[in-house]
Amino acid sequence: MAFYDKLMNLDRRYVYVAMALAVAVPLFIPFQVPIYTTPEVKSVYDFVENLKEGDRFLLAIDYDPNAMAELHPMALTITRQCFAKGVKLFFVTLSQNAPGLAEQLVSRMSKEFNKKNGVDYVYLGYKPYPALVILSMGQNFRISFPMDYYGTPVDSMPIMQGVRNYDDMKGIIAFEAGWVADSWIQNANGRYRAEVALGVTGVMAADYYPYIQSKQIFGLMGGLKGAAEYETLASAKERIASRGMKVQTITHIVVILFIIIGNIGFFMSKRKQI
Amino acid sequence: MRWQIPLLIVFLGGLFMAVQYFVPLEASERVYEYALDWIIIVGVFAMGLGLWSMFRVSVAKIQTKAPAWGFNIITLAGLFIMILLGLFSGIEEGKPFMSLFWYIYTPIQATMFALLAFYVASAAYRAFRARTLVATILLLTAVVIMLRLIPLGSISGFNQTVASWILTVPNMAAKRAIAMGIGLGGIATALKVILGIERSYMGKD
Amino acid sequence: MKNKFVIRNKVLPIFLLLFSFFLFGLHTSSAQEMGIPVAAPISSAEAPAPPMNVVAKDAPNDNGHAIMVTWKLSADDGAGKNSVIAYEILRSDNPDAGFEVRGLVAAGTKQYQDKGSREREDKNYFPGQKNFYYKVRVKSDGTFSESEVSAPASAYGQWFHTGKTSIFIATVVFTFFVVMFINWARKGRKLYVRPISGIDAVDEAIGRATEMGRPILYILGLGSAGDLGTIASLTILNRVAKKTAEYQTPLLVPVADAVVLTVAQEAVKAGYYEAGRPEGYKEDSVFFVTSMQFAYVSHVNGLMLREKTATNIYMGVFYAESLLLAETGNVAGSIQISGTDQVAQIPFFVAATDYTLIGEELYAASAYLGKEPVLLGAIKAQDWGKILIMISLILGTLAASFHLDFIVNLFRIKL
Repeated sequence: MAFYDKLMNLDRRYVYVAMALAVAVPLFIPFQVPIYTTPEVKSVYDFVENLKEGDRFLLAIDYDPNAMAELHPMALTITRQCFAKGVKLFFVTLSQNAPGLAEQLVSRMSKEFNKKNGVDYVYLGYKPYPALVILSMGQNFRISFPMDYYGTPVDSMPIMQGVRNYDDMKGIIAFEAGWVADSWIQNANGRYRAEVALGVTGVMAADYYPYIQSKQIFGLMGGLKGAAEYETLASAKERIASRGMKVQTITHIVVILFIIIGNIGFFMSKRKQI
Repeated sequence: MRWQIPLLIVFLGGLFMAVQYFVPLEASERVYEYALDWIIIVGVFAMGLGLWSMFRVSVAKIQTKAPAWGFNIITLAGLFIMILLGLFSGIEEGKPFMSLFWYIYTPIQATMFALLAFYVASAAYRAFRARTLVATILLLTAVVIMLRLIPLGSISGFNQTVASWILTVPNMAAKRAIAMGIGLGGIATALKVILGIERSYMGKD
Repeated sequence: MKNKFVIRNKVLPIFLLLFSFFLFGLHTSSAQEMGIPVAAPISSAEAPAPPMNVVAKDAPNDNGHAIMVTWKLSADDGAGKNSVIAYEILRSDNPDAGFEVRGLVAAGTKQYQDKGSREREDKNYFPGQKNFYYKVRVKSDGTFSESEVSAPASAYGQWFHTGKTSIFIATVVFTFFVVMFINWARKGRKLYVRPISGIDAVDEAIGRATEMGRPILYILGLGSAGDLGTIASLTILNRVAKKTAEYQTPLLVPVADAVVLTVAQEAVKAGYYEAGRPEGYKEDSVFFVTSMQFAYVSHVNGLMLREKTATNIYMGVFYAESLLLAETGNVAGSIQISGTDQVAQIPFFVAATDYTLIGEELYAASAYLGKEPVLLGAIKAQDWGKILIMISLILGTLAASFHLDFIVNLFRIKL
């Protein structure tokens, strides 16, 4: 086989080995990657930064363990920012694999900021059929969540006094790894005019730019980069996403190199045929 | 009669849900919420059917020692262990159910998701070739979008601007066009089902 | 002597002051008995000017448990003494007494929607079809003044949401197109639809699997039975099952949703019956795996590599697993046809599969495969719908550019 044919038809295992090295090696080499912030992430940060003590905010933790690497850093940073400002947080989860993740986040953050369950925050838990739950929360949270995750009746909680539905929330940030993001836009914003922002995986981010322009969402954080931007804006003490950007940068370079190699082989083979 | 009743149910149900969207009355809201509750109930019962199907198929493969029948033993073992642990020891943090979730299921999920990194690289290497003009545009666009994550010194600012333009102008235009097409296709599909023109979901005639 | 006079003079003003309060009280109570509206006592001389023209009306386009209150701003709101901080909205079912605070809005606000729950047991229950009276209290730093009481208003539900009129008209017009083209097709009129290479390839792919003696793998995706993408995929599955029955090619359909399982089994069974081969249908060829995304992918990938499927067809709702499935299919050497309405996954399918149906082509595929004129009518209606949207886009852009607001408002939606 000619050299250019080999370039065009590299065994995929070489690609896998190169990617494995590109992911593993940067973790051991200390270097910084500059993070450029984008307007869509800044608008989320500004919205949260303008919240006042006592304002109510809903966070929807709707991601699985597989999307944790991208979305968990965003959720952590925003929860910290809200708790530091004295904002009352309402947590909900609509993904069947997320209740444990959300509970971990809530317990950890509440301990860090000495926040009391039922007074400073409430974790409503999980219910199936996300679209229906989002619709029902627009009427009254109690329809889907008469009790919180721990089995406490929500009406017995001080934080739930006078709270009925989205009208009583300053806004919603939904951390999504799937189609439920569309449901938040269509139902929470479209039907009930709630202010919604999204934190989504990198792959999904490109889909949601139209909604920023049409003002159906007030901000968008896409993937690890979006999380790293938010950490930079919030001067977060724990920069998980920013550390991950090193790996993402190197792997992108490797992918681009392979694309170039493949195209070199392709053009050389075309020339040879001519 | 065997076909007319389901078709009537589909027609009336579909028509009601369509009309309900435009009628804000309290009665309309209540019937809608009632219907939503029933969807959840039907789904829960259907889960029983699904579990029975999986159980039957796995047992059949184990009995006939079909290729890779060992995996079916693991499937059934996993199913019953999680059910029993959840029922008898609870699902709170610290219980065996949650330990299995965090220390076995979660790493496996993350591993499968991590495979995407390798598959993206191999798919990109294989697919992004400048064979035609359209393929070349696809290749260059993909490279520009990927480059926005790489610090290129003085070129980074220009690349960020181009990448932002690609995401906010042609990408948004294309996504909107596809979304409109999907919207219209969705309405047409729903109408075909409601009007009984499309009946393949109902089984044999 | 002088002291007595002083005492008398101190007492007199006090007496006069007390007497004037008494007279005022008499006037107030008699005025109320006569039904004359009375301004509430003003707490101090520096109170802001009261809001005027308080009007309470049923809130439009709701379920009958809300009233909209509007008023004219206080003269001291942003002007005059510029001392207004907020407005409090008070309500009672009796114009003379029993007002309770229903809401608080910032200065500069001219309206407030008083709404509540429709559930009688709820603490915030808002009775419909009951008269309520409103007044607005303007607050300044330590002082306030109140408006006159409004005329009575009651809340009732509307039969039609006028804010959704443009959506209703668009739906009716499009439905008309669908029904019209379907009727034309029924009458035998030929309708041209453009060819789609992915759909043409299905026959070829099934033929390839038959020649190789290897099974066809059909993946419905991870959507539920309520997703349109899954419904479209089920209709395609029926057509594919009919063809595999004709060619006697094995068909494998692993399913990720329990409700979809039952529908998929019926769709495949129907396909075999339509092909005249009911005995060929095996119930275990359509089976439930798991609803967990990556557990499902693990199973399907293993199936592809073990069974060495000749053809993989991915039609429906897919998420991150799309590339995992497609790349593994590549490793197995299968010919792959994909179609999804999930826009984020289309690039992965385009890169990794041989043919891809993009967006609405998935919904059109069942009509192409079945070649039934009635179904093709729906595709023509979609095309005409797109033409109407394009015309509306151009019209709307021109109208907005030339400030023809009455045209722009035709498309406005108020939810």
